[in-house]
Amino acid sequence: MAWVNAIVQGILTGGLYALFACGLSLLFGVMKVVNLAHGDLATVAAYIGIGIIAAIHVPFLWSVPIVVVIMAVLGYVLQRSLIQGAISRGELTTLIVTFGLSIVIENGLLQFFTANSRGIGVGSSLISASFSVASGLQIAWLDVAIFGLAVVVLLSLQYFLSASKYGRLIRAVADDREAAQLSGADYRHVFGICAALAFATVALAGIAYGMTTVVTPTTGTDTILLFAFAAVVIGGLGSLWGTLVGGIVLGVAQQIGAQINISYELLAGYIVFLAVLVIRPQGLTARRSQS
Amino acid sequence: MRVTTDATVRSGQDLKVTRSRRNVAWTGIGALVVAVVLALFPYLVYSGTTAIMVQGLIVLTLASMWNLLAGYAGLVSVGQQAFFGLGAYFVLIPAMHGLSPFAGLFVAAAGAGVVAFPLWWLISRLRTGYFAIATWVMAAAIMLFIEQIQSIGGGTGMPLPGFAGMDPTLLAAYTYWAALAVAVLAIGTVYFLLRSRLGLVLTAIRDDETAARSSGVKVGLARLLVFVVAAAGCGAAGGVLAIDQLQVVPGTSGGVFSVLWTAEMAFAVIIGGLGTIEGPIIGTAVYMILQQTLQSYNAWYLIILGLVAIAIALFARRGLWGLLDERFNIRLFPVGYYLWPPGQTRRRQRAKTTAAVG
Repeated sequence: MAWVNAIVQGILTGGLYALFACGLSLLFGVMKVVNLAHGDLATVAAYIGIGIIAAIHVPFLWSVPIVVVIMAVLGYVLQRSLIQGAISRGELTTLIVTFGLSIVIENGLLQFFTANSRGIGVGSSLISASFSVASGLQIAWLDVAIFGLAVVVLLSLQYFLSASKYGRLIRAVADDREAAQLSGADYRHVFGICAALAFATVALAGIAYGMTTVVTPTTGTDTILLFAFAAVVIGGLGSLWGTLVGGIVLGVAQQIGAQINISYELLAGYIVFLAVLVIRPQGLTARRSQS
Repeated sequence: MRVTTDATVRSGQDLKVTRSRRNVAWTGIGALVVAVVLALFPYLVYSGTTAIMVQGLIVLTLASMWNLLAGYAGLVSVGQQAFFGLGAYFVLIPAMHGLSPFAGLFVAAAGAGVVAFPLWWLISRLRTGYFAIATWVMAAAIMLFIEQIQSIGGGTGMPLPGFAGMDPTLLAAYTYWAALAVAVLAIGTVYFLLRSRLGLVLTAIRDDETAARSSGVKVGLARLLVFVVAAAGCGAAGGVLAIDQLQVVPGTSGGVFSVLWTAEMAFAVIIGGLGTIEGPIIGTAVYMILQQTLQSYNAWYLIILGLVAIAIALFARRGLWGLLDERFNIRLFPVGYYLWPPGQTRRRQRAKTTAAVG
């Protein structure tokens, strides 16, 4: 039963990892930007959530849309200023700028919030409760809710990009920004909207992480960025559904590792990641190898 | 080199190709003098100063290696702390079996270089940005693996044996000389590698990878070589840190596997000037000044360094050395070629803007 439990918990955690990976995938897919500050931005979202709940005493659920909107605006502004500036100077500059941003954010959080860990107080007993499927198999409602949220976010993104008018515009800009520009689309604005979307998912990921466990200033790089990236690579670059598969594989690998020995949890995840790099560098779900 | 003959044949005129626009004999002598003066420091200054300089020399070594990776081979690695940490352990482990930690520095460089081969095979499948995060994952995985081995201290680390009963002043001086030797060797290696055929190959790849590939340049091999050399250099620097701190602590915050090591080397390079040998030296100086001035304000020096690095990456891509070079046309370590049009001499070159290769 312990193994079944490990697998079930792993699948549920996989939803959270897929949520981590969403924003990373989206920015890379549309702008070819690998955002090394991705994890730290999620941590910032969690800290904003904690701050809002503490400062203006809103119920937890009300704080979520506020954080999402703040992060989306931040995403648009960052994209139009720093990131766009970096993109136009080349890939190397983009990496340097986002890496610099990552270190600045991490140490800024350390400076202002100390290294102490904080959690988002959920408050509602309904969410912190769990139900029992069988003896030894307890499932927390919170984990189910986050998994559901991840699926909903992925579904809506998929629908938005493939079926909506604006999604079509985003894909056009992603394919050929000059051609889109000639057809009257302002690619900088489209990039900004796209970054806003990505940052909104980053906000959800940060809050979800802060609810399930605690955040510290280094959570962003130690956990969120690396797990998001591992999920993306395991699932296959550039595929939203692959990201969910990758997240689940990573989550299950970690839980099985933890079942063998609690200190193998993270290592097991990275070993699966490295194994996928060796055996199927294009990822589990991709059909053709991507260069 | 062929460049000379080609150019002469094509124009039929008196073209001249040199390494630099100015005579560099004096810079070579200058570098030698600086190295000798630095080597005499333990006799000249307080041990507090040399202790700070050891930190600076470690960062200088790391920065030179990161510059080789990112500035010349286009490989942005944010996982160099993997090799740095491994280097520290490659000094610790032989020392536990009786080898002198100073001799262990060779093991550190060689060991980190050897480990780089299989890791390159894994992560070279990914390009640019994903390569960067993959190196980060690689560093995290290596740290987790090392922390599992209880006999070398597990997750808490270990004191470095081998110096029992040694005079602290003498040890401090030896540590300083070791750090200096590693840094000078690192810069020297980068300099001579870039003056060799590899430098030409890397320039070709940087300018146009597809063209270089189709002209028969072995792109993968050149990058592998750079990756291995950088790993060895970072390993040696990690070994120096182990000797300096007399202990090895893993861990991502404050330990040898902290990403902050990569942040420091990267920021030093970017501030000083990416893709120049002089850049890391200037960048390290700036880094040390900021770090020493702001050390009582915790993490502020990293925040300021990060912001300065971002600003320089966006607005002054060639860094502080680039700004100096634009003004004064100086190269202390010329690794490219300079093409002299007919009739132009060293004296008249300042007014002209002509093609400089590399």
